Amino acid sequence: MVLLFSLLPYPLSEILKGLLMINFETILFYVFAALTVFAALRVITARNPVHAVLFLVLAFISSSGIWILLEAEFLAISLVLVYVGAVMVLFLFVVMMLDINMVRLREGLMRWLPFGAVLAGLMAFEMAWVLSSSRTFAGKAAIKHGANYSNTKELGRLIYTDYVFPFEIAAVILLVAMVAAIALTSRRRKDAKSQAIDEQISVKKADRVRLVKMPPEIHARVNADRTAEVAR
Amino acid sequence: MIVLSDFLILGAVIFCMGVAGILFKRKNIINVLMAIELMLLAVNTNFVAFSHYRGDPAGQIFVFFILVVAAAEAAIGLAIVVLLFRNRQTIEVADWKELKG
Repeated sequence: MVLLFSLLPYPLSEILKGLLMINFETILFYVFAALTVFAALRVITARNPVHAVLFLVLAFISSSGIWILLEAEFLAISLVLVYVGAVMVLFLFVVMMLDINMVRLREGLMRWLPFGAVLAGLMAFEMAWVLSSSRTFAGKAAIKHGANYSNTKELGRLIYTDYVFPFEIAAVILLVAMVAAIALTSRRRKDAKSQAIDEQISVKKADRVRLVKMPPEIHARVNADRTAEVAR
Repeated sequence: MIVLSDFLILGAVIFCMGVAGILFKRKNIINVLMAIELMLLAVNTNFVAFSHYRGDPAGQIFVFFILVVAAAEAAIGLAIVVLLFRNRQTIEVADWKELKG
């Protein structure tokens, strides 16, 4: 290997040696980070909304790889199961259910592009600058856990002891969201029959019964005219 | 060696992409919701990174709750989109300006 490097021109061999110094975790991080950034870029540039949802799925899956590198296994798996499996499928379902006018969607797409790109580029540059120049973030080594450390057990212990009330509030939030989603989208059927109880019990006698005074001879006269017509 | 700032920069880049997506995908409100999901993902990545580098699992608990709230937000947001589309036959952000003062 060393012989091979000595045959190469000087800068190239240095670069290759530097590449070999990188450990497997670093390679994984850069691969997953590149995938996430690419997928995020495609989410915001794809013209077809279905493609955008699928690239969002790719972004979630590759960032769950990054979370596994950060030893957050439970959250990485639940990101894939809950987010990709439920929320993204819901997005896909809604995108496909709505009959979107694609021609109208395509026109005037570029109007906000320069403004958004400049703003986002500036923000990203500023944040990256601050984060990479600060000693607080750069020089910190990760705290590695041993092989018998269970992330799920640790999270479960915390959720059911210290964070049990927020956990219950989270359950209530999900219930409220479910009720709200169903109540918002449920359509009242036109042929459904139901009682309007409040209208029924608040009805007055005058609303339903009308007493009509009617002279009896009108009826007799009509009958008389009809018999005269028949006779004729 | 990967340091904390690498993860934070990745989160910042994804967050800015979400901001840009909100700004220039205004033709389709579902794309705006997707950009919000991207921003939440970036913030969650930051939380997980801090939690790992500080050795404190409380950050991961917070990510758990953010996931719950984001799922609820996506469900209600999509229900509102479906309802608006049923009444107005459009999903363009500029077409819904009744609440503009």
